[in-house]
Amino acid sequence: MTDFTRRHLMVTAAGVGLASQLAAPAIAQTFPVRPITLVVPWGAGGGTDATARIVGSLMEKEFGQPVNVVNRTGGSGVVGHSAIATGAADGYTIGMITVEITMMHWQGLTQLNPDSYTPLALMNEDPPGVQVSASSPYKDLKALADAIKANPGRLKASGTGQGGIWHLALVGWLGAMGLPASAVPWVPSNGAAPAMQDLAAGGIDIVTCSVPEAKAMLDAGRAKSLAIMAAARNPQFADVPTLKEAIGVDYTVGAWRGIAAPKNLPAPIAERYTSVLKKINESKEFRDFMAARGFGVKWADAAGFAKFMADGNASMGVAMKAAGLARSA
Amino acid sequence: MTVDILLQAFALVFRWDVILIIIASGLFGMFVGAMPGLTATMATALLIPVTFFMDPVPALGAIVTATAMAIFAGDIPAAMLRMPGTPASAAYTDESYLMGRKGQLDLNLGTNLVTSVLGGLIGVAILVLAAPALAEFALAFSSFEYFWLAALGLTCAVFLATNDPLKGFASLFLGLGLGTIGIDPAAGFPRFTFGTVELMQGVSFIPAMIGMFAISELLRGVTSMQGSGEVVLQQVGNVFKGVGGVLRRYWVNFLRGSGIGVVIGALPGAGADIAAWVSYAVSKRFSKEPQKFGTGHVEGIVDAGAANNSAIAAAWIPALVFGIPGDSITAIVIGVLYMKGMNPGPTVFLQNPQLIYAVFMIFVLANLLMLPLGWAIIKSAKQVLRVPKNILLPMILIFCVVGSYAMTNSVYGIIIMLVLGIFAFMLEENGFPIAPVILGLVLGEMFEQNFITSMIKSDGSFLAFFARPIAGILGVATIAIWLIMLWRMGPWSKARPAAV
Repeated sequence: MTDFTRRHLMVTAAGVGLASQLAAPAIAQTFPVRPITLVVPWGAGGGTDATARIVGSLMEKEFGQPVNVVNRTGGSGVVGHSAIATGAADGYTIGMITVEITMMHWQGLTQLNPDSYTPLALMNEDPPGVQVSASSPYKDLKALADAIKANPGRLKASGTGQGGIWHLALVGWLGAMGLPASAVPWVPSNGAAPAMQDLAAGGIDIVTCSVPEAKAMLDAGRAKSLAIMAAARNPQFADVPTLKEAIGVDYTVGAWRGIAAPKNLPAPIAERYTSVLKKINESKEFRDFMAARGFGVKWADAAGFAKFMADGNASMGVAMKAAGLARSA
Repeated sequence: MTVDILLQAFALVFRWDVILIIIASGLFGMFVGAMPGLTATMATALLIPVTFFMDPVPALGAIVTATAMAIFAGDIPAAMLRMPGTPASAAYTDESYLMGRKGQLDLNLGTNLVTSVLGGLIGVAILVLAAPALAEFALAFSSFEYFWLAALGLTCAVFLATNDPLKGFASLFLGLGLGTIGIDPAAGFPRFTFGTVELMQGVSFIPAMIGMFAISELLRGVTSMQGSGEVVLQQVGNVFKGVGGVLRRYWVNFLRGSGIGVVIGALPGAGADIAAWVSYAVSKRFSKEPQKFGTGHVEGIVDAGAANNSAIAAAWIPALVFGIPGDSITAIVIGVLYMKGMNPGPTVFLQNPQLIYAVFMIFVLANLLMLPLGWAIIKSAKQVLRVPKNILLPMILIFCVVGSYAMTNSVYGIIIMLVLGIFAFMLEENGFPIAPVILGLVLGEMFEQNFITSMIKSDGSFLAFFARPIAGILGVATIAIWLIMLWRMGPWSKARPAAV
């Protein structure tokens, strides 16, 4: 039933796309003539929501049309990502897609993958940090890594649901140190905030989530960040070293967010979006907002974003199979 | 808490738009409460589509004000028409009506209003003092403690909210069953989704609650559409005359009623209505003149009138600190908190203290505002009670549809609302309580997730549930309550649990 509907929609969308390409120059000049819907697959108040809202409000200024941010939550992101992919490819439905699109299909949660969209622009990427409780005996990353090696399976980590991006970050980091995924068992949580609270309460030992997500507990003095899995330090948290600086392990990963439209968006509209998004990405308002929240800014145009997702998709497949998180089809 | 935070909270509350919203929602709450068949929970449900477009503080302020007003306003038709405006007034409806028949309508309404205001303020005082302290304490809670809290909440759902534990259990398991739909919280695997994307988000709380409280009530209203609008009312004079004397005489009753209200309000699953029943029964049990109860005597009304309003604020304590609803109103509030990015839990006091204190300020304001607004609604009760149902009910249905759609941004919310509304109507018509279904739905995921994550942390050892000191105390207490309940349900028990 669903499959039939989706295929049906895609065929229709392809038809519309073809027809609109014939009349393309006219569309691009007048676009947009009515309000745009920006779908967010995650809840209001979170990092993705905040990023989408600032992009949406800047887009409003550029286009002179309202941009309505609509949260379609639930299903570990499947519901919202599906709403973006199945929207009409007329440019009036776009969405903020996140790193999960390169992961969910390996888990067998959905058939959606990066190819289900017209990529428009990559806007942000945040590396995870390695957080421990303020009362933790491990004062730096080396002490923590030694403890993991000495007693595999004793320390527990959390930060998101089973098979989420921060789970993969942990597995990837352990792998880079030559350890199996079972060296630090994963405790699934409803996101970074509950995991950080459990860390402060002493229920778990490590939280791998992005440093902005950990900020409230770090500021309250109840947790500390030992390292980030990035190539360079975050200027907002300049005293937190990178993995390479701390223990000489060269492993980086990140959760990214980008803007995409349903597949077969007419090329002139897609190009219009990419040029507007480039302007937004470089604007002072966007940079200031992202810096204030501690979010990393990243840019890639449509082609760059497509390649970025394809690479990420392939490496996630390898990592998830290694961690036993991929569902054998 | 610093002065800085209080000033920020002050600036969030004392803005003309926020104050206007509070007054408007106060009038709205008075109206909904005074209409027999429309409850305080329904007032909250109807506010959802409106709050969707507001900032967090006015959104929560609207709910706080409307519910506090509705609980008081329910007393008015109870005294005038022998019909409780909300279930919270049902405990003393006969008593109020008989007072009116004896020519004491003014004294009855005045006592109801003043005890509601003062009881509400006591509830708020406890909330302001207890919630931040409890949150500080709860920062040390891990999944082991939350597991036992969820277990306690589910236990309350069955034994506090119902007279018939068997039907309570049936309702609870229905709720838990509905809660398993969607992506499972531990392994991330979809359950009962039948391959549809929409069902992967599970049964959304707020549309479910709008359905179960509002739609089921509408269906009941339709079946009794005749017979309303024909009311004979007495003239209302000076309602405040003689109230001082009643309070001086029954101040112990007032404090006892407020205390019972706070405790029952803070317990999961039981709200203002149970608080009123229990405090009324306690009042009769300890009265010097129990023979006067049921003849139009003011004593029990002092207890129960204070209890149902103090329960309203107290229900926010577990809702804010643990994300466990104290009553059906806060079950919806938890959904609104998530929607506004103020995820309930001890960390909300670290992340958004100014918002929480702003809500506390609105609680105080709302209870003070109850005095003039309550007086106004008593004076205009004659007109309010004549609003025809065949105009009112369709309007409510529109609000329900809009609210459900707004929560999921799709027709899925409307379907959930309608299906569960009809389902809840059938349950209630057959004597199955609704509150346990709600608690099962709200607490089911918390219960399951904390059990599984605790088992992962302890490498499969059950003893870990008792290894941490607080978890151990909570666990022993929970199991003790279960044993007592089993003992009382057994065939050897002579006295069945008293039907309050």
